[in-house]
Amino acid sequence: MLSIKGLKVKLEDEDKQILKGVDLEIEAGKVHAIMGPNGSGKSTLSYVLSGKDGYEVTGGSATLEGVDLLDMDPEARAAAGLFLAFQYPVEIPGVGNMTFLRTAVNAQRKARGEEEMTAAEFLKVVRARAKELKIDADMLKRPVNVGFSGGEKKRNEILQMAMLEPKMCILDETDSGLDVDAMKLVAEGVNALRTEGRGFLVITHYQRLLDHIKPDVVHIMADGRIIKTGGPELALEVENNGYADILAEVA
Amino acid sequence: MAEAAVKQTPTDAMIATLDMPQGGWSDAARRDALARVQAMGLPSRRDEYWKYTRPDTLVQAQAVPAALRDGDDTVLFDAVDRLKIVFVDGVFDAAASDDLALEGITIERLADATSDLHWARDVYGVLENNGQNPVPRPLAALNTAFAADGVLIHVTGKPSKPVNIIYRRTSTTADAMLHHCIKLDAGAELTLLENGPVAARFNGVLEVEIADKAAFHHVRAQGRDHEQRAATHIFTRLGTESTFKSFTLTANGVMTRNDCVIELTGDDAAAHVAGACVGDGGDFHHDDTVFITHDAVNCESRQVFKKVLRNGATGVFQGKILVKAGAQKTDGYQISQSLLLDEDSQFLAKPELEIYADDVACSHGSTSGAIDEDALFYLRSRGVPHGAATDLLTLAFLAEAVLEVEDEALREEVTGRLASWLERHAA
Repeated sequence: MLSIKGLKVKLEDEDKQILKGVDLEIEAGKVHAIMGPNGSGKSTLSYVLSGKDGYEVTGGSATLEGVDLLDMDPEARAAAGLFLAFQYPVEIPGVGNMTFLRTAVNAQRKARGEEEMTAAEFLKVVRARAKELKIDADMLKRPVNVGFSGGEKKRNEILQMAMLEPKMCILDETDSGLDVDAMKLVAEGVNALRTEGRGFLVITHYQRLLDHIKPDVVHIMADGRIIKTGGPELALEVENNGYADILAEVA
Repeated sequence: MAEAAVKQTPTDAMIATLDMPQGGWSDAARRDALARVQAMGLPSRRDEYWKYTRPDTLVQAQAVPAALRDGDDTVLFDAVDRLKIVFVDGVFDAAASDDLALEGITIERLADATSDLHWARDVYGVLENNGQNPVPRPLAALNTAFAADGVLIHVTGKPSKPVNIIYRRTSTTADAMLHHCIKLDAGAELTLLENGPVAARFNGVLEVEIADKAAFHHVRAQGRDHEQRAATHIFTRLGTESTFKSFTLTANGVMTRNDCVIELTGDDAAAHVAGACVGDGGDFHHDDTVFITHDAVNCESRQVFKKVLRNGATGVFQGKILVKAGAQKTDGYQISQSLLLDEDSQFLAKPELEIYADDVACSHGSTSGAIDEDALFYLRSRGVPHGAATDLLTLAFLAEAVLEVEDEALREEVTGRLASWLERHAA
């Protein structure tokens, strides 16, 4: 599904190489996790895949179902089925959450040549999905993420994911700033979206999120590269021993 | 003296092109106003109050012709049940207007009201004259002296529907001067709508006298006219527990100067004035100039102005709150903000507070900014295309001003109009 080959990325304004050749294959129906110390390039990978400004690709490729992602605008990547759950969801005063969701859903449908959802149809679906995530009517009416707690913001990200039904979901440190209950709620939301046709890339510092969203494959990233790949047990190893052993082993 | 002499020439040149209606109840007011204009002289770039806006095209004897553009903008208020008063090229059009009868209100044409005695004698030129101090507003005095037409509305009750003054333009050279007077008796209510292209050049004055516990709502759309030049003045005086709320939408036009002069003279009154403006291109110049005088206890005033400027457009805001001695418990709020969509556009703001009472809450703020890049990326990452995402954020920026329109249906019309303008002026 998502195929990344030798991806090299530097900052646009600075002579600083962040990704130094990342190779990653994520199959449909699988959950891959990337763990790694601070500054290893995990978040940069998620931003470059979703098309944020400020980065320059200096080598390699990234394709979604064979389509080159790196040449596309962010909105085209989204319409092609890529979704990034932000580590820090952005507050947008003046834009209602509901308006935002409906605009996004219909923009993607339009871009794919599908029929747009009517207001009534949309309302029915959004209410059902919101209920599952314990998002009340008030949160839907309020401006996007404005005045939301950390947990509410992350649930709102998962609601967007549920409404947009992407093929490939990237979760960037979705557990950050969440207490255990909030994390469980978010994880349940993600697990409900796990289907055969959908791939997941879960970026996290800590193993605890992976207790709730069980990965099929775990990668360790350090200094802009994937340095080790294994099963769920790799996450436990990191939890118990930290990254030092793995880094030493590779070096 | 030397400066007065320099200014005399264009003033005389302008006056020479105009005919003053003679006789009747307004005669004395017109002659007084003429004397005021001659004493003040028409504005020039050297006047402090015209520092950011070049008055040249507004004061020169001949109006600059303005091309007619057809129908690329939505017409507002068509769905509203209202009483229509139509002016074509600045001339009242009886055939296109509704019957001017409505319960709780009397409406007359200024040009028809020629008797010697008239209620409007207490309003016409009176509020304008009050508003000449401390800042001279010669274009308004010129209007009082020479306006050939307008409407006189006396509101005695609560009419069942709004009055809509609709302007239409068929000439590329029409130079229109209209003067409207509105008097609301105690407890009366009126919603006034104004929209449509007036003339190639428009000088408009609206005087509104609001008695105790009366309420006046005003929603005005200046647009659908790409080359219009306009100088408008609103003068209002508020009695005890009365309300004045005015909102102006400006899209297009090349030169617009909107003055609003508000005097709170009765306790517990509230005056809100707001504007949303969208401008595209180096020819676009839009100026909101507001002067609010608090001269009573426990009054509230609110100014909310938002401008979206692109491709070299210029926006100006001059807003002053004057709190006189004794005007305790004044609550004054003023915000003026611009969203600059490129580096060529500019916003010039001059907020002023002058306070002579000690138990007062006044706040003001002014900002200029660009589209929030993080918000833009967030929207795009959800599949909203760049243009649509920019429009959504732009409308969100304008929302605080549009929210000043109380009626939900009118507010939606205004928002829809702004959205369609943004779509047509895609970046």
